[in-house]
Amino acid sequence: MAEFLASVLSPAWLAYTIAALVQCALLLVMALASAAVGIWLERKIAARIQDRLGPTRVGGRFGWLQPPADGIKLLCKEDIIPAAADRPLFRLAPYVSFCATFCLFLALPFANDWVALRLDAGAFFLLAVAGLEVFGVILGGYASGSKWSLYGAMREAAQVVSYEIPLALCVVVPVLITGSMDLVEIGNRQAGWFYQWYLFHDPFTFVTFWVYVTCAVASTNRAPFDLPEAESELVAGFLTEYSGFRWVIFFMAEYAAMFVVSGLGAVLFLGGWNGPIPIASLLGLGGDPHSVAGWIGNLLGMCNFIIKAMTGVTFMICLRWTLPRLRIDQVMTTCLKYCVPLASAMLAGVMVWTFLFPGGVIAEVRKSLSAVERPSSPAVERPSSHVVDSWSPSILAADRLAGAGRSDRLAADGTSALYAERWPTCRRPLDSQFPPQQHTSEGWR
Amino acid sequence: MIETVNWHSCFFLLFALVGCVSAVAVVVTGNIVRMACWLVTALAAVAGLFFLAGADFLGAVQLMVYVGGTMVLLVFGVMLTARGPFVSMKTGGGQWILAIVVGGALLTVLLQAALSIPDWNAPGREQVQTEAAPPTATRLGLGLMGIPVDRLQERNAKWQSGMSGQLLAFEIISIHLVVVLVGAAYLARAKRRIEPQPARIADAEVSQVPG
Repeated sequence: MAEFLASVLSPAWLAYTIAALVQCALLLVMALASAAVGIWLERKIAARIQDRLGPTRVGGRFGWLQPPADGIKLLCKEDIIPAAADRPLFRLAPYVSFCATFCLFLALPFANDWVALRLDAGAFFLLAVAGLEVFGVILGGYASGSKWSLYGAMREAAQVVSYEIPLALCVVVPVLITGSMDLVEIGNRQAGWFYQWYLFHDPFTFVTFWVYVTCAVASTNRAPFDLPEAESELVAGFLTEYSGFRWVIFFMAEYAAMFVVSGLGAVLFLGGWNGPIPIASLLGLGGDPHSVAGWIGNLLGMCNFIIKAMTGVTFMICLRWTLPRLRIDQVMTTCLKYCVPLASAMLAGVMVWTFLFPGGVIAEVRKSLSAVERPSSPAVERPSSHVVDSWSPSILAADRLAGAGRSDRLAADGTSALYAERWPTCRRPLDSQFPPQQHTSEGWR
Repeated sequence: MIETVNWHSCFFLLFALVGCVSAVAVVVTGNIVRMACWLVTALAAVAGLFFLAGADFLGAVQLMVYVGGTMVLLVFGVMLTARGPFVSMKTGGGQWILAIVVGGALLTVLLQAALSIPDWNAPGREQVQTEAAPPTATRLGLGLMGIPVDRLQERNAKWQSGMSGQLLAFEIISIHLVVVLVGAAYLARAKRRIEPQPARIADAEVSQVPG
């Protein structure tokens, strides 16, 4: 987008500033809208599970204007800072929490190459920043000067620090299969029908997904893991002393984090923006995201992604109103005795599986049924003076294994070429419809 | 006029300023939690510098290891040191003098080393703009797998082979970490060797049953 604006507007700095502002605004809208829809869903689903109707009158039908009404009500509430509180830290804490969550949206891809900051280590960046959200909670719990808050914050610290380990182990599994930490690359590898998703890649990834779900629910402090704000024991945990707008910010951070965690799960295991039925590619849309067809295909893909992420949020809400809260020892047992060993075993299993059957279950079945000749991927022209390619691993693979002649075709493919060269079945038939993307430095400008 | 500004330098100065000010604030502040807060700001500013330089993987590592580690430090700081609600610590005069001497000496050495390298003095504008940031994670990963990425650009085929990348260092660090983890688990395990006291345990179990 920055390049397009730069070609239209005369001063380049103005174009880049506008592009950056538009992207920031879009992400902020995304974060706040996911929070608003999440709160509305929470109210409706909670009501239905408890055999009530929930909000029905605000905004005419279904109570769809309830979140703004809630927001206005909370803005009008008195903003209280306890006398015993550490005032600057108490004020700072909600913003730390929300900023960390908002930074997660920076690296979350919504469709093929539709990501604010395409990082080479996107999955790792998300994990690293997701750990920072706790900081605001601990700060708020400590600075409140209340014992309920401090207990809540300490529980949160213990819980999140423990659950980071199995969560990271689960994220490593799709990274291992793809051979890249770039989330766009991970999503594009699952293009095609739903059986191309990593969920159905092999039995180990199927189990890994459910371990990921458990750890993701735990890392967002949702029931049954909501010990930090256990209402029946700790009043409201770290939120006890917060009121009005600061409380809203904590709350929005929680719902936005739910969306991000579900979205990350969708990208890693559920195909991301690639639907159960590849409508876009069946219609001939998709491909280069800078063309019109690719843009429409990406729009469909984004709808797909948002539906998947909101399904994840809905699942977490249903879980909250179904299951009772765990005790702290049960939380730790779930993490250390079940999630960590299970995730480690699944990681080892996926390693063995990718070594033995590099194409996954479906590819193995297909290969055994019929030896259909795979359409060769189209040659992508490599820019002659591209900095990225000067050290590209594919050149290495080509030079070592095949010879210099094939390096041009492979060069654009990045890491996947290394795997393709060693295990040819690893490349899926549908790869040819999605020519590999060059890394652009757009995000850095 | 705006186009003449070197934005890389501006952001570098911004992050560097935030980092330096917070680092000084860590030393000056008395309250241990505020201290940890300033430390987080300083370390996050360093992560910002890494992202600015295009080293996204290193920036993420900085966030994960140092900023996340400081959080654990903060938790232990609160749990182990706080007797009252908000503890503040006083530093003695002798400690100040010692710290200033040691820190000043290190700063002098580092400044002299940094200023003596001609390439590090004010990079030219054209140089900053042409150096696009290549993705770093693939290269790092290949290096850790033992593939000598540094040598790939060598034209002479003899120089390309025979290097082992960082595989050995990676393995040593991994085994070291595993040993540390096993040791920590061993130290923190429940001591079962001590003979159980059946009477008391039975009492406790009975008393936990409601009604």
